[in-house]
Amino acid sequence: MAVRVGIDLVSVESVRESIRDHGDRYLNRIYTETELHDCRTAQGLVPERLAARFAAKEAVLKVLRPTDEAIPFHTMGVIRHGPGWVELELSGRAAALAADAGLGDLTLSIAHENGYASAIVIAESGLRNRPNDPMLNP
Amino acid sequence: MTDEIRQIISDHGRLPIDVSTLEVDADLYRSGMTSHASVNVMLALEDHFDVEFPDRMLKRSVFESIAAIEGALVELQSETALP
Repeated sequence: MAVRVGIDLVSVESVRESIRDHGDRYLNRIYTETELHDCRTAQGLVPERLAARFAAKEAVLKVLRPTDEAIPFHTMGVIRHGPGWVELELSGRAAALAADAGLGDLTLSIAHENGYASAIVIAESGLRNRPNDPMLNP
Repeated sequence: MTDEIRQIISDHGRLPIDVSTLEVDADLYRSGMTSHASVNVMLALEDHFDVEFPDRMLKRSVFESIAAIEGALVELQSETALP
């Protein structure tokens, strides 16, 4: 089985600066409504969570390997589930690239600690090159 | 325009080097600009030049050098100037 792996690291302070300097323009340009909802607490937006989601989007790009192609950030969304694990939701061009590359589901894990947030994405690749695999062609 | 772009990169690009020493075609990413910093550069460019980078321009090559950014801005400004 061949896999693709993407990893990224983002400074939480850089996200704080972006919010301070560009406010909603930054937030709405990069993050989906779901992500903004998941990153908000009663005290406001949590930069660590936003940084982790930005890292996730960059990790996705490293898995998709676009050749200088515009992939809008909103087409790579992170969905948080209750106890704390996360999943990716691709749409538009990001989803099309994943399909073109024959990628299976993209698996994501994120973390943050000590001023940095990281994300890792793993996907099985080459699925469309296995036409006789009954698991892929039930 | 080049000097204004250079100043914005200096202010928002978080490069670990002196931006004033960069050649216009030097690769900003190889010079230490992160993807997240490139977003800040983009937003600051939009503020300063009163333009908006459309989705089709949100790719690495548009922000990889001072010259590339200038080319994109010229294109955006010419589109804005159309009747």
